[in-house]
Amino acid sequence: MKGSFEQSLQHGVENRLLRVARLDWPLFAAVLILAGLGLVVLYSASGGDLGVVQKQGIRLLIGLALLLGIAQVPADRLALWSPWIYALGLVLLVWVEAAGVIGKGAQRWLDLGVIRFQPSEIMKLAVPMMLAWYFSDRPLPPRWVDLLAAGVMVAVPAGLIAAQPDLGTAVLVGAAGLFVIFFAGIGWRLIGGLVALALAAAPVLWHFMHDYQRRRVLTLLNPESDPMGAGYHIIQSEIAIGSGGLYGKGWTNGTQSQLDFLPERSTDFIFAVFSEEFGFLGVLGLLALYAFIILRGLYIAANAQDTYARLLAGSLSLSFFVYCFVNMGMVSGILPVVGVPLPLISYGGTSMVTLMTAFGMLMSIHSHRRLLAR
Amino acid sequence: MPGLDAVAWRRRLLLGLILVVIAGLCARAFYLQAWNRDFLLSEGDARHLRTVRLQAHRGPILDRSGEPLAVSTPVDSVWVDAKALFASGGKDGRPAPKAQIVELARGLGRDPEALYRFLAGRPDRRFVYVARHLPPERAARIKALGVAGVELQREYRRYYPSAEVAAHVLGFTDIDDRGQEGLELAYDDWLRGQPGAKRVLRDRRGRVVADVARIRAPEPGRELVLSIDQRIQYLAYRALKRGVRRVGARGGSLVVLDPRSGEVLAMVNQPSFNPNNPADRKPGRTRNRAVTDVFEPGSTVKPFTVAAALASGRYAPDYTVETSPGWWRIAHYTIRDLHDYGRVSLERILVKSSNIGAAKLALGMPAERLWSVFHEVGFGAGTGSGFPGEAVGVLRDFQDWRQVEQATMAYGYGLSVTTLQLARAYAALAADGESVSVTFLRRDAPPESQRVLPARVARRVRHMLEGVVSDEGTARRAAVPGYRVAGKTGTVHKSQAGGYAKKRYLALFAGMAPATRPALVIVVTVDEPEPGKHYGGVAAAPVFAEVMAGALRLLDIAPDAVERLEARRGAGGGAA
Repeated sequence: MKGSFEQSLQHGVENRLLRVARLDWPLFAAVLILAGLGLVVLYSASGGDLGVVQKQGIRLLIGLALLLGIAQVPADRLALWSPWIYALGLVLLVWVEAAGVIGKGAQRWLDLGVIRFQPSEIMKLAVPMMLAWYFSDRPLPPRWVDLLAAGVMVAVPAGLIAAQPDLGTAVLVGAAGLFVIFFAGIGWRLIGGLVALALAAAPVLWHFMHDYQRRRVLTLLNPESDPMGAGYHIIQSEIAIGSGGLYGKGWTNGTQSQLDFLPERSTDFIFAVFSEEFGFLGVLGLLALYAFIILRGLYIAANAQDTYARLLAGSLSLSFFVYCFVNMGMVSGILPVVGVPLPLISYGGTSMVTLMTAFGMLMSIHSHRRLLAR
Repeated sequence: MPGLDAVAWRRRLLLGLILVVIAGLCARAFYLQAWNRDFLLSEGDARHLRTVRLQAHRGPILDRSGEPLAVSTPVDSVWVDAKALFASGGKDGRPAPKAQIVELARGLGRDPEALYRFLAGRPDRRFVYVARHLPPERAARIKALGVAGVELQREYRRYYPSAEVAAHVLGFTDIDDRGQEGLELAYDDWLRGQPGAKRVLRDRRGRVVADVARIRAPEPGRELVLSIDQRIQYLAYRALKRGVRRVGARGGSLVVLDPRSGEVLAMVNQPSFNPNNPADRKPGRTRNRAVTDVFEPGSTVKPFTVAAALASGRYAPDYTVETSPGWWRIAHYTIRDLHDYGRVSLERILVKSSNIGAAKLALGMPAERLWSVFHEVGFGAGTGSGFPGEAVGVLRDFQDWRQVEQATMAYGYGLSVTTLQLARAYAALAADGESVSVTFLRRDAPPESQRVLPARVARRVRHMLEGVVSDEGTARRAAVPGYRVAGKTGTVHKSQAGGYAKKRYLALFAGMAPATRPALVIVVTVDEPEPGKHYGGVAAAPVFAEVMAGALRLLDIAPDAVERLEARRGAGGGAA
């Protein structure tokens, strides 16, 4: 009796709050904690530069506003916008590509005067949105035709981004699309086939890689082969992580990072700063926070009420997982060096905007459930 | 139903995969942070911990009353991390490396082009000196220019307040403060001290960020108290310099010795050099001739010939020798005196400096007698001073002497000595036949002495030597008013390849005062005075008199010839 009363009271409170802010409070809390931690680590990584922290804080606030705003948009409407956003993204990608041909060298940024942004970043969200929309009114598990169509929808933007060249983002965009296909439901055999295909494609990919990309892969296998050149990043960051030990050297006391030995320490390699200063226990805590966010996202996907919401939430959660894994794997020397920031911790505006938008979508999906099945 | 199964299966696969990846990251972190921690920690330390040498303060050198003769003052050397400098271009709002180097050169007062070429030639060097030993405040101004990679290193520079006056005795140190010559070299270990070490944190560019720990404090060197009396040293330097110039000589040496303690109270040479100016350190000038240069002592050994004669018991003090007609032939060799002195006593042999008299005395006793006196007073052996590069001279074994050599040995040819050795030999006469080792360090207790001559012989010879410094003798100008002075002149033909040089002489005077109980022995050598002024009594004796008079006054030694003084004053009064 008492239990059910409390339960209903709790539900009442939750519903009211949901109605007010349309937020998933556990997820929101985890995101806030991580972002706050990010500012703390950034203070140390920047060598105590409050200006940098302030700048990132403003970006965080903008990101949170974006999150809140998107959370108010019902998932149905997101579904309706999906093809248009995807199409816009494609156009911008082609535009950048053309500008890159006219200008010299790599072209990833689009300068709109007020803001500069990378269209490839849009695709991290637009591709899973598009695929989720595509599968939402088709029979599942998908037919071969639909799979083929989805494959093209993933391959075109991924190919354009790879041509920029930005292999890292291309792989991430491709992965986001594949996750949707995975959640749409494909069989054992297909997965096995894709894995085999990926393995078979590796030598081909190797052939198309730029020299610096190949070097990064080789460096991963043997960083000591070129300690002052390509291996420098990895050696310095492994030393930073390792010298943190179990308990860490304490906030702002990491010698590797504070003495400027660690490259890119406020952006891509901030995980090494964190590990050095907070130790193995800190790393465990950080991993737990990330795991919580990922599992919460998957939980939202599992409880989604329509196909679009389920596929999108699943893909976004897995993408988030991949970002974390790729960054930490790279910094700790398991993966080759690719320019992927540590979500919510690394200094930078672009990834903050993308992530907050994605979290906004997750919130929207979770909070716009129609309260029916009770 | 198979669809539902597929969903469950997928869910499990996904969660399993995520778990595996997270576990993998945990394992990696554990591997690095627990398993490999010590190795990686040491690798990190190797990158940013450096041990820096802290130079120790070199001990000062003081004269016997504590006046500083050599002191170390703190200075800063400027060095550059060339790699950091060239890597700094444009970053952190810095100008290009070249512009920075130009500014650095301006601060250092060096040619910008040359400095740029110098540094551009070693772009990978992490440590390049660009200026040594700047005054600290000037170095600080250069550091404040903010040029990348510029660092200061605290060092000590040796400074010699007395400049050229004590240069030969003290020697000098090199730029790294290591003794190179003289006492700086001889007592380097004592003076140098132990360099310390500290551990510092350095950032990637090699800049020292913080001191972590002091491993070992630098242990300052100990002070060295010399036997030198700075006042006498100055006096001697001035007198010798003037004396050498007066007779147009090439050089000279002067030693002031305390005969009882063996302490060197002053030692000067001409030409000298300024040890504060490295450019002045030319080999011909830095040599401490009084210790390193040997010469044939000539007539200055005659007192020891006479002493050997007296000590042998074969000659009574009133013994006389025939020296007419002023030359004497042995074998194919002719010994000459300046004049025909006729039949002379032992004293007159010394007063007139008769070669024939000395030779005849020597031939009247076994060679061993003469040799052992020469040997005992220190010829052909070290003085015990420990001065680097000290020469011992040559005194061949008496068994190898031919008869002619035994004769020439008696008046100072056929053996070689240094100025310091000669002073030590005279000290034995001054100290009633007791000989001590020579030292440059202050002796607070009397050293162990060795009897080398019977006291009565030493006193008798000393008394005879007083006659030299009289109107009768060869060294009238060595006289010091108020004191009885004993001494002997020497005028030596300089030897050269194949024989003796015609008109190149060494003028000598060795003497002591007060003769009743000598407090000081002074030996003066003047190298190649102009012909006509080349006699010991002319070139060397006046320098001796000037230094002796001044030193006796400085040391407050009571006069022992007051009656003579008063007599003279009375005569002067009478005349007036």
